[in-house]
Amino acid sequence: MSLSAEHLQIRKQGRMLLDVPHLSLPAGQVHALLGPNGAGKSTLLSALAGIERSAAACVRLHGRALDGWDTLELARHRALMTQDTDVPFDFEVDDIVRMGRYPHSGHPHPREHELVDHALGLAGALPLRGRRHTQLSGGEKARVLLARALAQIQAPPGDTRPRWLLLDEPTAALDLAHQHAVMRLLRQVASEGTGVLVVLHDLNLAGAYADQVLVMADGRIDSRGHCQQVLQPQLVERIWGVVCERLSTSSTRTDTRPARSWLAFS
Amino acid sequence: MSVAFGAAWWRPRSRTRLWLIASLGLIACVALALSAGAYGRLWAQWANGGAEVFWHIRLPRALLGVLAGAALGVAGALAQGLFRNPLADPGLIGVSAGAALGAATAIVAGGRTLGLWWGPQSLMVAAFLGSLLMTALTWRLARREGHVDTARLLLTGLALNAAAAAALGWLSFLATDEQLRSLTFWTLGSLSGSTWPPVLACGAVVAGCLVALGARRRDAHALDALALGEAQARLMGVEVDALQRRCLITIALMVGAVTALIGMVAFVGLLAPHAVRLLAGPRHGVVLPGSALSGAGLVLLADTGARTLVAPAEMPLGVLTGLVGAAVFLSILYRHRHLH
Repeated sequence: MSLSAEHLQIRKQGRMLLDVPHLSLPAGQVHALLGPNGAGKSTLLSALAGIERSAAACVRLHGRALDGWDTLELARHRALMTQDTDVPFDFEVDDIVRMGRYPHSGHPHPREHELVDHALGLAGALPLRGRRHTQLSGGEKARVLLARALAQIQAPPGDTRPRWLLLDEPTAALDLAHQHAVMRLLRQVASEGTGVLVVLHDLNLAGAYADQVLVMADGRIDSRGHCQQVLQPQLVERIWGVVCERLSTSSTRTDTRPARSWLAFS
Repeated sequence: MSVAFGAAWWRPRSRTRLWLIASLGLIACVALALSAGAYGRLWAQWANGGAEVFWHIRLPRALLGVLAGAALGVAGALAQGLFRNPLADPGLIGVSAGAALGAATAIVAGGRTLGLWWGPQSLMVAAFLGSLLMTALTWRLARREGHVDTARLLLTGLALNAAAAAALGWLSFLATDEQLRSLTFWTLGSLSGSTWPPVLACGAVVAGCLVALGARRRDAHALDALALGEAQARLMGVEVDALQRRCLITIALMVGAVTALIGMVAFVGLLAPHAVRLLAGPRHGVVLPGSALSGAGLVLLADTGARTLVAPAEMPLGVLTGLVGAAVFLSILYRHRHLH
């Protein structure tokens, strides 16, 4: 089932922040949300997550409007990871990941006590176990928050309803290796049936890992579709005002991998 | 950094030991408070008036100390969790200012009328009502579209605290010298007014709040989740508005009841949760009960000091808690870089 929105509009102080007449995203795929600063990416993400109360009736998860969900049940089905999370107390890493299990306290998983380590392992943050949050670097904090989001949507065995993972720039603070590790993780999570919607700024990262890209400008979804088709130099120049060209790997050698292309910025 | 290192050594496996030590420490504080005082050799003189002193002076006073410390400590931990700020104080929502205003009104305006019929209890009732009314007013003014934003609550509390201070100043201006003196003493706080009936009434309120809090263990986890921000807590299924309402009511009832009896006692609500967080980490499941224990110990120790340091005279309690609190607090700030 899917995450969808109809007539989704958000207006603040007379300014239209978001205007999405129709959007339907299938689960089991990685959808990358791209666009310049202020295009409405985070607003769309928080509207789809249900933070914007005024928009909760316009967004449907598994066919049911968000305001018709029990808050705890909804919390078990989708998680949002944001960048600007400031934690006022000096919690340990395990404590923070365990917070994600709050909506499950009524129905604990049979292996509940292993889930924190499992989520930390998936996010590549297992070595951070036992560390204090204030002692982590920005990238390490991001991985811990990702582990928390993963722990939140960990379904009990037998429940196959797809979960949704919404991420606002999860790779912004990460080094090269961890950026790709996180994107591979998102692919893996999606292949297991979870829907993934991720805000990215790196067009090539989106091109390499996303099934579909959505490009936003001025609160609207300008274009969407397969990465290679949508992310063309004309679009990049029109939306971001940056000149670029598309380069391809020359598969001259006996390379069985499909030819790939990426954007090169001048 | 030595504090942080010591705390890390304590934290992982020795939580049971920590609870044991804290409980024994509190029992020691109670024993000290019961045996020390202006009336020396209490046990030797047991049949000869010692029993009277024990039952009617020391026991209610020690009990009030425990109640006040526990209530102020827990209220501080709740306020800090709710405002997501380790420096938040229960007074931010106007509860102490309201109590002070109620007490001042009773002392200055009601001294001739109410006081004649009802004695010192009128002051306590006025202070308690004042704290509840002021908290309710803060909450009501901060509410917009059925939702109370924490930052707005904080700012509204700030404005109302300023207004209450102005009203208090006006009442002091109207007061006679004698009224001014009792007002000043009330502002500094003291356990000296402990007689059984008000102590039991206050005990019923505080114990009721603590039991209600203990019965909802989920709220401790919800306060943990709130550390990630209001929006994220909502996304995790926390009913933030209901949680906020329950916390505010608990804070207002407990701090109101205690302040009505003992006046303003500074710093306990700030210091008690801090001590627990340094020793046992910031999880509210630990911080809330821990603050009850450490707050009770702190108030008992300060009160024992207030009674014995300058005996047979008595120092105001607020002077000691303020002094000790400020010293400990500054040392924490200097030694622990990660607090903010």
